[in-house]
Amino acid sequence: MSTAIPSRSVNSIAIAGARKGTRRDSLTRASFVLPAVLIILLLSIFPLLISLFVSVTRLQFVPGGFELLFVGFNNYYKLLFGIDQGRFLGKFGTPDALGWLVLGVIALGLVYWVGRAVRRGRVTVVGLVGRIVLAVFLMSIALLTVSTMSAGGRPGTLWVTLFYVYVGISIQYLLGLGLAYLCAQHIPGRRFFRVIFLLPMMITPVGVAYMFRMVVDTNKGPFYPVWAALGMENVSWVSNPWSARAAILVSDIWQWTPFMFIVLLAALESLPVEPLEAAVVDGATRWQIFRHITLPALLPVSTTLILIRMVEAFKIIDLPNIMTAGGPGTATESMTLEGFYIWRALDIGGSAAIAYLLLFIVTLLATAYANLVRNQVAVQY
Amino acid sequence: MKFQFTSKSLYAPGLPGMILSYVLLGSWTFVVLFPLYWMVVTSFKLPIQVDSGPFYIPFVDFEPSLHAWQYILVGDLANDTRRNFINTVVVATTSTCIAMLLGSAAAYGLTRFNYRPKLGMVLAFILCVLLVIVLWRVGVPLSLGILLALVLFVIVLLTIGKSFRRALGNSDIAFWMVSQRILPPIAVVIPIYIMFQLIGLLDTWPALIITYVAANLPIVIWLMRDYFMTIPIELEESAAIDGASRYRTFTSVVLPLSVPGFVATFLFVLVFAWNEYLFALFLTNANAQTLPVTIAAQNATRGPQWWYMSVLVLVMIAPVIGMAIMLERYMAKGLLVGAVKG
Repeated sequence: MSTAIPSRSVNSIAIAGARKGTRRDSLTRASFVLPAVLIILLLSIFPLLISLFVSVTRLQFVPGGFELLFVGFNNYYKLLFGIDQGRFLGKFGTPDALGWLVLGVIALGLVYWVGRAVRRGRVTVVGLVGRIVLAVFLMSIALLTVSTMSAGGRPGTLWVTLFYVYVGISIQYLLGLGLAYLCAQHIPGRRFFRVIFLLPMMITPVGVAYMFRMVVDTNKGPFYPVWAALGMENVSWVSNPWSARAAILVSDIWQWTPFMFIVLLAALESLPVEPLEAAVVDGATRWQIFRHITLPALLPVSTTLILIRMVEAFKIIDLPNIMTAGGPGTATESMTLEGFYIWRALDIGGSAAIAYLLLFIVTLLATAYANLVRNQVAVQY
Repeated sequence: MKFQFTSKSLYAPGLPGMILSYVLLGSWTFVVLFPLYWMVVTSFKLPIQVDSGPFYIPFVDFEPSLHAWQYILVGDLANDTRRNFINTVVVATTSTCIAMLLGSAAAYGLTRFNYRPKLGMVLAFILCVLLVIVLWRVGVPLSLGILLALVLFVIVLLTIGKSFRRALGNSDIAFWMVSQRILPPIAVVIPIYIMFQLIGLLDTWPALIITYVAANLPIVIWLMRDYFMTIPIELEESAAIDGASRYRTFTSVVLPLSVPGFVATFLFVLVFAWNEYLFALFLTNANAQTLPVTIAAQNATRGPQWWYMSVLVLVMIAPVIGMAIMLERYMAKGLLVGAVKG
């Protein structure tokens, strides 16, 4: 596991060299990390273990309190195959010929990808197992996507969460990069733009959710004349699953593009000028410079940024909770929100089971991303 | 997009490029500012003005009124608002300060000293804690259980502690700490809720503060560790030779040198704590409620009363926006160090 988040050897020269070894000194050194270790243990690791326990139980009220009844993997079964399947995984339709074709291509691609890693022979056992788990997972997601998108299907919270995360991050990154590139130019007033562009990140997501509810309101909102001209003044965008998801996605993009923007801007400004000058002398066009010099130089920062956002974006709850309360039906529910609603309905075990599935997915995708994409980039550049 | 580079100013676009840039930047400025503007305007509207369709410019379209501000800040809701605002300020700043303190100490330790915790000892510690929980579940008093486990742990430490071979390194510890950020809060919030209920801290400041410290420590450790790595070690060596203790070296040599990274991380963590919603939702109900929960609750209790909501949101975001505008320069630079090295 130690490879996923960059591991570097520490400066072991350390001042420690001078007076190493005394018991008192080792206590002093320990006192730097111990508080943090204890707090993380207390509030992350033990709750996690307890959560694991809770996820295999069911809450029961008995006279004078409650007890947790052991039910095995029932809670997980319920989500994946049982009565909550329609909400969590969605309703499956029958894929048409095109759907099967897409699935076949994806399956072949994944098999080829795993096979290539084996043939090259540089892959460790852990790496191979990891790749296979990832391939199986990606295949299931592809299957899920195709069958819930087909006629008669309807996506569940798992798919909707992935949709928010990946579509959101892609758009945020592209917008952030574009804006950072524009702001990195020496044009008057760029300081003004960078302060303005930073603002959305500071606003509480709950506030953002309300703000966008006001702004996109077709009847009382500021764009009423536009909607009226289109004859849509009484259409409520929350009543259609896709427009509701789009509204949430737009709010999320509005809020988090600044994060991409400020870091990419700082990265652009810290790039060395010499390669650019050389390229200009050699007569490269602006696009060539961007494509072959700037973009590669930004890759390491970009991959880290995407990793951070990926890890954070999976936690989305505020926006769908406030903007649509998960509706229409459960069309805009994220996994965290579903966990919260189930908890509120006193099904604590079910809620913990969702949380664990979410944890599994985030860990798998983040570790895979860190190892397969980020480390490759780090090696290359 | 055809610009001419000159070696004098590589990034200065020509006139068409300039115009295009301003158009694009201007439209994004509109996208960013318009929703905020709309919220400000709405906060000065009467209910009837909101309901009867969009009005855009105060004094031109409609006569602004202070009724919503009055209601929230001095009227019926004033006590609630004030209490929850104070809650937010106290919880966010305290938890951020503690997280910065503990996190940068840990980050410093991880960049300057070598830790070799024995894997066996870590396992022994975890087993001892589990023992406490098991003993407590079967009815042994908590204090006795902790004492027993502690004694057991010390015995293990003194007797077979030396014989464990496999040890963890600094990068393992750092990875473990940073990876805690991956945890979705929903996965740990229920046990935390039960824990605080058991020790009677539910709906109090300490509960939220401790939780936020734990949630934000990984970010602090990650960003500060990368920052400390950029600071040359020679200064500390000379401080050590001059006889400064390790704490002294840390507080009077290292921290002053890392102010930019410190400020960026502080602001970043503060914003997270300030805006946090999920933990606050679970762990508070009235006394320690923070503003995000208050704002979210407006929906359920009164239906969307846009004018009050706008005021509440504006009250809540004003301080962080002010800080962001002042500290914008630091923020970008500090985060960059983390992202480049991270």
